[in-house]
Amino acid sequence: MPSWNFNDQKIPQSRLAIFSYLSAAFVVLLLVGFWKLQVVQSEHFADLADRNGIRSIPIIAPRGTMLDREGRVLVDSYPSFSILLLRDNPKLLEKSLPQVEEGLGIAKADLQQQLDAAKSEPKFLPVIIKPGASEADIAFVESHRADLPVLELMMVQRRRYPHGEMLANTVGYVGEVSVQDMEKNPDRYRPGDIVGKAGLEKEYNDQIVGTDGMRRVVVNSVGKVMRTLDNVDAMPGKPIQLTIDEDLQQIAETDMANKEGAVVAMDARTGEILAMVSRPTFDPNDFAVRIPNQEWAQLNTDPNTPLLNRAIQAQLAPGSVFKVVMATAMLESKAIPATFTAYCPGYANFYGRTFHCDHAHGLVDLHKGIVASCDVYFYNVGKLLGIDRISHYASGLGLGQRTGIDLPGEEPGLVPSEEWVERVYHHKWYPGSTISVSIGQGALMTTPIQLARMINAVANGGTLVQPHLLKDATNLKVSSFPLSDDTVQQVTDGMWGVVNEPDGTTEESVKLQNVDFSGKTGTAQVESFDLQNKLGKKLKENGWFVGYAPRRNPEIVVAALVQAGGWGSTSAAPVVRDIVKAYYDKKNGRMPQPPSTAENIPPAGVVHPAAQPSGAQPQ
Amino acid sequence: MKDRTRTQDFDWVLLAIVGAINVIGVFEIYSSTHASGMAGMQWKQLMWIGIGIAGMFLISRIDYHTLMDQAPALYLVGVAGLLVVLVLGFSRLGAKRWISLGGLMNLQVSELMKLIIIIVLARYFAEVRTDRLTLADLFKIGILTLIPVVLILKQPDLGTAMVLVPVALVGAFFAGIQWKHAAVGLVLIALLVPLGWNMRKHLKPYQQQRIETFLHPEQDQRGAGYQILQSEIAVGSGGFWGKGFGKGSQNQLGFVPVRYSDFILAALAEEQGFIGVCVVLLLYLGLILRLVDNAQKAKDRAGMYVVMGVTAILAFHVLVNASMVIGYMPVTGIPLPLMSYGGSATAFVFLALGLVMNVRMRRFVN
Repeated sequence: MPSWNFNDQKIPQSRLAIFSYLSAAFVVLLLVGFWKLQVVQSEHFADLADRNGIRSIPIIAPRGTMLDREGRVLVDSYPSFSILLLRDNPKLLEKSLPQVEEGLGIAKADLQQQLDAAKSEPKFLPVIIKPGASEADIAFVESHRADLPVLELMMVQRRRYPHGEMLANTVGYVGEVSVQDMEKNPDRYRPGDIVGKAGLEKEYNDQIVGTDGMRRVVVNSVGKVMRTLDNVDAMPGKPIQLTIDEDLQQIAETDMANKEGAVVAMDARTGEILAMVSRPTFDPNDFAVRIPNQEWAQLNTDPNTPLLNRAIQAQLAPGSVFKVVMATAMLESKAIPATFTAYCPGYANFYGRTFHCDHAHGLVDLHKGIVASCDVYFYNVGKLLGIDRISHYASGLGLGQRTGIDLPGEEPGLVPSEEWVERVYHHKWYPGSTISVSIGQGALMTTPIQLARMINAVANGGTLVQPHLLKDATNLKVSSFPLSDDTVQQVTDGMWGVVNEPDGTTEESVKLQNVDFSGKTGTAQVESFDLQNKLGKKLKENGWFVGYAPRRNPEIVVAALVQAGGWGSTSAAPVVRDIVKAYYDKKNGRMPQPPSTAENIPPAGVVHPAAQPSGAQPQ
Repeated sequence: MKDRTRTQDFDWVLLAIVGAINVIGVFEIYSSTHASGMAGMQWKQLMWIGIGIAGMFLISRIDYHTLMDQAPALYLVGVAGLLVVLVLGFSRLGAKRWISLGGLMNLQVSELMKLIIIIVLARYFAEVRTDRLTLADLFKIGILTLIPVVLILKQPDLGTAMVLVPVALVGAFFAGIQWKHAAVGLVLIALLVPLGWNMRKHLKPYQQQRIETFLHPEQDQRGAGYQILQSEIAVGSGGFWGKGFGKGSQNQLGFVPVRYSDFILAALAEEQGFIGVCVVLLLYLGLILRLVDNAQKAKDRAGMYVVMGVTAILAFHVLVNASMVIGYMPVTGIPLPLMSYGGSATAFVFLALGLVMNVRMRRFVN
């Protein structure tokens, strides 16, 4: 028998008893511990348990759609997913980053930059690392719920611009609310909210923005949604109907492709904007998902200023279009007899300086002055009127002031006057400056929309409509600058001649069959203007055409600007013609066809095939 | 000497208590996992219990004296096994504890070491003929215990390593530890524990976190204290009557960490309330008292040490696990015997009970 195997000693019964009592004591202690949690503090823990698995997830309300005047969708929204990175556990975050970078294809530096940017924000606020997640991204997040709990999906509503660049400068774009906006409206905005940043998106933000809802869900410990507790539905934003006619817009866009400039077409009776184009432009879809910094910087510093809405923001010399104002001022002021004539040898001398005309027009009266756009005639008219009369009529016809269109950032332009030059430059008005202003140059600056409104007012007897883009616009301020019937008749006859008479500046190249199409060309030098300096190169002249139909009390008025386009008659006039023609085609029940290419290919309905201008054209 | 051991001599009362705890455990495993990707776990657990019961019968057939004869060899095999684990063992959840057995089953060597240490120490204590343990005895016991403890700590598995210590302590208590030695030991512990605890509080948060991570690196992915807090919420929100079977939100939504294993008592506390906890803890107390009864009835001191070694380990498991669930102790990965899901752990408990039956069956043998 081994040495240890013997029975001679008693088993220590008392110590076994001690062990039993100790065990019982421990069990009692444990039960006291459970009693404390489960009976004494049970309500507290029940509350914690209730809150544990409940998460409030915002339901983003879609912004209201934008429709054209016939109810066609111009801008809408679609649901999309953003990937959030939860930051409440720094250690876990650190560990997960390489996998996140690889799985979602985000550059390490980009991700780090986003994390750094959010450093000052509370840790419980997640960072949106990938807006507009692809299906593969979503699948990645879903399949790594367990091992990558730092990732979360959030459904958002993204803005969609189905036509891309079409109408881009007018509808504008959306973006995350700025810090300044949040400070102004702390109750309304939370970080990351999407608001209109430019154009109609900004102007009507309050109307089209919806009210976000909230969904309370039960999630498990890895954040997977198990069931929904309750839902406060999101209230989608109200749709807005615009005055834009998509058909006309398309034609204007096509005509302006690869050009620099602007087009604005307006219902002459109501001020409803039918089409508005600005070129170069951008694709607002790029802003709907977070725009990469680099791309934004490029758009913002592009010397071609694609974000500028030239229809309301380009302040440029109107050139000969201004002769309409001159003619009106001459007739209305009666400072000069209506029969006033001047002889044009191709130039004229004033105040010791020679001012040119593009060719010798011979004896010119008011009608011929407008039709052939004789500079010498209007130099003389300007000299006789003086700057203050010119300024009075220009201002009366809405130049040098905002039209009040429902878009942010409209520029006022400038109508120079003696008072203005003294206030700004502290010297007397140079009479020689009046000669330049008389043909729409000098310090005079107008926007395309002002010119459209001005021509319309002259043709309708002095009613200045308020241009607008919202179909149901209220509080439209229509002002009046009454013109005599005689004035209207003479000036409009002149503008009719520009299009329809053989010696008109358009040389009958934009005539329309069965349409009383009228208008005025302009070809403005840009040397003295800021834009020229900014670009740092010498540009061709800006081509203008403001056309309308019919001859008096027009239905439609269209202003076109083709920057560096040269002659207004060849660059801008065909654009206006195409739109006016399309307007009438539509009105007469024919669907307009978009022009096959740009200028100078006369569509059917042009009476007179375009004779290429043989020589120099009048300005 | 004729072997008169009979299976009828098994402790059927003890097995009834074990069975009751098993049934509760299997139901709670079902409740915790049926709605998740781990559904069906209760069947695997039943299989482990079956394997455990078979092992229990097997081990009860080998006379514990025979086992104790082989104590040195068993000890060497156990230590060698632990070394192999450290060198070759594969990692699971960040710790090496497993030896692959032909791809079929993975053996957790440290569970086997618990059985071996019971036998080895029982033999050592039985060899001490006096009622007083000398310092030299204590030193030898300490060395015998600490070698596997350190090896298991290296895996790292603090929980299992700690479990070996009470076998030595309880054994020393019965073998007659001298008052002065016990007093010095107690004073040392009394000094070291609060000192260590205070030191811990002076550490910077990230250092504390490191300690936490060191103690249980395989868990706690969401910050120190998160698991304990979720466990407490589960227990506390259960209230007196519980939320009902399968209706505990903490359990069902997975907020209770490893709810089918180490934290199964939290899951039970949430769904069955304080009443359920009382039933379970009283069953465990019954189990312990019944084991002590078996120790008293052992034929010799060797048998008593074997039974009390088993009792010490099981009691320690219950005490530490239940304390952890209510936040009285840190998370150390000690499962609740007979309830927590787990193959090796379940097998160990039944093999240990097999040792108890072994001793019991031979109480009348001479």
